[in-house]
Amino acid sequence: MAFDKMELRDIEVWDGNFAAAQALRQSQVDVVAAYPITPSTPIVEGYAKFTSDGYVEGEFVMVESEHAAMSACIGAAAAGGRVATATSSQGFALMVETLYQASGMRLPIVLNVVNRALAAPLNVNGDHSDMYLGRDSGWIQLDAYCPQDAYDLNFVAFRVSEDHDVRLPCMVHQDGFMTSHTAQGVHTLTDDKAYGFVGDFKPMNDMLDFEHPVTHGVQTEEDWHFEHKARQHNDLMTKVMPKIQAAFDDFEKLSGRKYNIVEKYDMDDADVCVVCLGTSVETAREVATEMRAEGIKAGVVGIRVIRPFPFLEIAEALKGVKAIAALDRSSPNGTVGMLFNEIAGSLFNTDTKAMLSGYVYGLGGRDLTKAHLVALFKELQANIDAGKVTTPLQQFIGVRGPKLAYL
Amino acid sequence: MSEMKKIKNLKEFSTSADRFEGANLLCPGCAHSIIVREVLNATNDDLVLSASTGCLEVCTAVYPYTSWDASWIHIGFENSSTAVAGAESMYKVLKRKNRLKQPERNPKFVSFAGDGASYDIGFQWISGCMERGHNIMHVVLDNEVYANTGGQRSSSTPIGSSATTSPAGRVSYGEKKNKKDLMGIMAAHGIPYAAQVAPNKWKDMVKKIQHGFSVDGPVFINAVSPCTTEWKFDPKDTMHLTDLATDSLVFPLYEIIDGHELNITYRPKNVVPVEEYLAAQGRFKHLFKDEYKYLIKEWQERVDAQWAYLQRREEARV
Repeated sequence: MAFDKMELRDIEVWDGNFAAAQALRQSQVDVVAAYPITPSTPIVEGYAKFTSDGYVEGEFVMVESEHAAMSACIGAAAAGGRVATATSSQGFALMVETLYQASGMRLPIVLNVVNRALAAPLNVNGDHSDMYLGRDSGWIQLDAYCPQDAYDLNFVAFRVSEDHDVRLPCMVHQDGFMTSHTAQGVHTLTDDKAYGFVGDFKPMNDMLDFEHPVTHGVQTEEDWHFEHKARQHNDLMTKVMPKIQAAFDDFEKLSGRKYNIVEKYDMDDADVCVVCLGTSVETAREVATEMRAEGIKAGVVGIRVIRPFPFLEIAEALKGVKAIAALDRSSPNGTVGMLFNEIAGSLFNTDTKAMLSGYVYGLGGRDLTKAHLVALFKELQANIDAGKVTTPLQQFIGVRGPKLAYL
Repeated sequence: MSEMKKIKNLKEFSTSADRFEGANLLCPGCAHSIIVREVLNATNDDLVLSASTGCLEVCTAVYPYTSWDASWIHIGFENSSTAVAGAESMYKVLKRKNRLKQPERNPKFVSFAGDGASYDIGFQWISGCMERGHNIMHVVLDNEVYANTGGQRSSSTPIGSSATTSPAGRVSYGEKKNKKDLMGIMAAHGIPYAAQVAPNKWKDMVKKIQHGFSVDGPVFINAVSPCTTEWKFDPKDTMHLTDLATDSLVFPLYEIIDGHELNITYRPKNVVPVEEYLAAQGRFKHLFKDEYKYLIKEWQERVDAQWAYLQRREEARV
């Protein structure tokens, strides 16, 4: 190989952005087309620097917008090679049109989304508004809780996305600033081990095979459109989860680090539990342990795979729980939160008849403190003691002014 | 660099291996298919093509059929240039890494887009591709209107034309703005080659396309594409309309090398009055009412001034 290998220590101190950039380098991504946006910028800056220093042999295309970034990624992926980029917030929103094109054309692309609020009002800090905006776009969506996850999940993303049975693009999410700019110890893989896990890129229907010309991105009207969309949806729902599980299993063999589609913490005998995403999972785990010392049987369910949504795994994880809080870090604007909806849907036809409350928290980077979670677990326990939901269905955590709550 | 295709005569040119099949859904008399065939037939090299959303795209790739016997991609209305630029970037990497399946081939990367997709919504994407120096050719099928969506004005629609969003009416002569000078804007990027072409002047066109394929870097081609439906003329008259466009100098044929060196490539022996060009099309019919005749005079003055400007630029060699 013409590029240089990099010697890494077993544990490096990396933030989430640099961890993701290192994963792109070790996967030897062929083309990265990107446009900078806070807080995701250091990922593609990292890739660019690795390219300049001879650690990657790929092509870095610095385009003029996020829409063009994904457009170039789509053209590059259709040409037949490994493709990745990164974005956040408004940039992600600008990409949305092309996100549907990428998945509809069944092209493997890895997109690191460093989650950030959507304007207005303008805000550069982390929440899950952008993550939720992309949730119907036909992409696989994996969620990192810390820099280690941001590193590891990128390898899993390439592996699953490029699988010829899947051929769907994949997002790796991490919390803006809280993960992306917080340095922690990250256990590394050697370059050989990491590349061995993702493997060589195997093209399919590539435009650069001139003996077999292909037509990408056709038009279909009422006679075929439904079949294409339904097949894509069906494949996402049926084929992807086993592939992710298999990739997680192989990754555990390689690294010793175990990932699950749904991350259960103290759930074996839990009465009350919090279901959440991102950095909040680790905070909730800590508080749950403290609640146990106070006699409240608390557990935490962290969701690792947002799309396809793990309905069966959620139902299994929540079996026997009496009160659940769904924590959404996005303003659901006119309905209940995404997690509230999905969890209700997961449980509806099961024997679990737990009380479900929805909480909106942490918009625009507002902290979710341990004190907030202590109060929340106590509220869930109070519901159990009362035998009914005593609080409004949807509440807002830590917002100033008169208390906001609905239903 | 592969050898340039040698073309002796029109018969040979028109019967050469076709990678844009006759089976498509374009209107009878549409100039798009003629221009596309002339571009593709100018080379024997492999092609990676893209098209923006528009007439060409919806008429040539309706699942489960395709009119393209070459690699082809469509993403959206605005990004055909960037799509092919992405593919070109991947080509560079795979060549470097020795991963091309046919490493001896020398593919050309071409994006096609209408005037709407180039002058307007795709403007930023094309500008980005030109500035970054991708080795691609962007071809505008300039029919001066949003034809695919039924005749709305674009920033290429010329003054006095009646379009559905700038209709001529009791108190309006239709489009009020002058056509955008996209050639000038693209040349200002300092790209190695920009040219206006017309399907009737096929030799001129082949020469320009071949020159475009031979240079290293982005190439911009603006092709006049008379639209029977929106310009309102008989489908059999497409080439006649194209002749009128080039011979009246409404659509002058010229090239700009390296962003500054301008060459006029076609000088009509007998310049046709602009009035004849306008009179041949339904979209300008209302200009012949007494109250709007002054606009025809203005049209002629504008075309004359533009021609004088081009000649001065050519002479000045700047």
